[in-house]
Amino acid sequence: MLAACGVESLEDLFAHLPPELCLNRPLRLPPGKSEYEILDYFRARGTENASGFASFLGAGVYRHYRPVLVDTVVSRGEFLTAYTPYQAEISQGILTAIFEFQTMICQLTGTEVANASMYDGSTAVAEAAMMAARITGRRRVLAVRTVHPEYREVLRTYAKNQGMAVEETGYEEGSGALDSADLESKLDENTAAVIVQSPNFFGIVENVNAAAEIAHRRGALLIHVFTEAVALGILEPAREADIVAGELQSFAIPPSYGGPFAGIIATKEKHVRQLPGRLVGETKDTRGNRAFCLTLSTREQHIRREKATSNICTNQALIALMATVFMTVYGREGLREVAEQNLAKARYLAARVPLRFTGPFFNEFAAVCTGWAPEVINEGLIEEKIIGGLPLGRFYPELNNCMLLAATEMNTRDEMNKMAEALTR
Amino acid sequence: MYPANYLYTKEHEWILIEGDTGTVGITFHAQKELGDIVYVDLPKPGAIVESGKSLGSVESVKAVSDIYSPVSGEVVAVNAILATSPEKLNQDPHGEAWLVKIRLSAPDETKQLLSAADYQSYIGAES
Repeated sequence: MLAACGVESLEDLFAHLPPELCLNRPLRLPPGKSEYEILDYFRARGTENASGFASFLGAGVYRHYRPVLVDTVVSRGEFLTAYTPYQAEISQGILTAIFEFQTMICQLTGTEVANASMYDGSTAVAEAAMMAARITGRRRVLAVRTVHPEYREVLRTYAKNQGMAVEETGYEEGSGALDSADLESKLDENTAAVIVQSPNFFGIVENVNAAAEIAHRRGALLIHVFTEAVALGILEPAREADIVAGELQSFAIPPSYGGPFAGIIATKEKHVRQLPGRLVGETKDTRGNRAFCLTLSTREQHIRREKATSNICTNQALIALMATVFMTVYGREGLREVAEQNLAKARYLAARVPLRFTGPFFNEFAAVCTGWAPEVINEGLIEEKIIGGLPLGRFYPELNNCMLLAATEMNTRDEMNKMAEALTR
Repeated sequence: MYPANYLYTKEHEWILIEGDTGTVGITFHAQKELGDIVYVDLPKPGAIVESGKSLGSVESVKAVSDIYSPVSGEVVAVNAILATSPEKLNQDPHGEAWLVKIRLSAPDETKQLLSAADYQSYIGAES
């Protein structure tokens, strides 16, 4: 085998790896142990992981309840093991589920067409920007600084080799909402899109329709971004937005160290030809029964090669299915109720800490740390089995005495009292 | 079938030259080979196109095919009918369903194009 591969030893196969990343010693396991003893050993180590902690971390990934039914459905072999399940003749089940997903996303976002899902929120935003460039024939996008900082990084990565310029506009010092005067002054005839997150990174609910009006006046599109999908359960959809791009992690997708998640991209029907990714449509089979199949595939890479709308030629089927089951379990009323709970919990916590901004917020807000620095407060909280909020200085040096706190339906009054106390002590 | 005052390409486009402007479309033969046309992707007015390079594309129920510009120049008009009624390309490819009008930047290029008679014998040979 080694000879066939043209190498002398097994190590040669790994020669391309940076040496500092290679483990040049055996694993530090107790010697002479049997398989089940090794398993016991790791189970014991596993219990040392942080569990049973309260959390106030949000900033793009939120802790929400995951209905039991979600894993029951997604663990079914028909869904779990299906790979590229797009062949209409054999995949009506998953195609139906994707069609329902698209339909519910349109209802939640107030759009006319949504695709079968994207990798995550950040890549959905980058794809939305490229989509806007194709629609308008312009090559510059403006992102408000309150769009998730990591989304803006991904956007810059995509834009770099597309010959697209990404520029940023500011937020209002007092309200934490976008600075519309700054936005207006930076818009020009080459701006393809204005990218606005709402609720924004500081949790503030933006007036997206007003921003859309400013963008439209200069012929630019408005991309509405969201990271906290639960907010869609209570906020009026921004119907003036041309493209909606967001993250569905809040819909029963486990945080899992940051992924895999599922993103969405949705738009108005007139832009459907420029929508990237898979799209499931409704049709009739040879016997006239309602059926589902991939549609408008001519936008895609396997048909159009370099002229495709995007090089995404898949979707997050299984992860998006978690969100589909979540939306089905909660329904319109349930989602509103969970959103109201989030709102109420966040109000309770916010009433007990100094707020940095005055703008209206959903379940997340920037709090001012009046005593210790945010990082120091968090270290102390860990002792009380509480994971504190995100120190904002990491992304916004001007806010280095602030912490971004998220309160969801999972937080108890007792936890919130402790959190508030730690912040102000 | 193929108007004698039009010029043609081997990629099955036609062009009608009037002064410094040419009206461009695809031929009857092209639409017949493509089948039912469902979408036409065209450049915006002001776009600069180059002879022999892609100008846009037509999508039929069978395939997506590039449209190659017969001449170089600037797109001065785009047929808006096709955005809502792409089927016109099947019904009247040499008339109502023209694609774009181009202001020629190198009129000499038209000498390379085929006459109606040449094009007809070319597609006769091809089919």
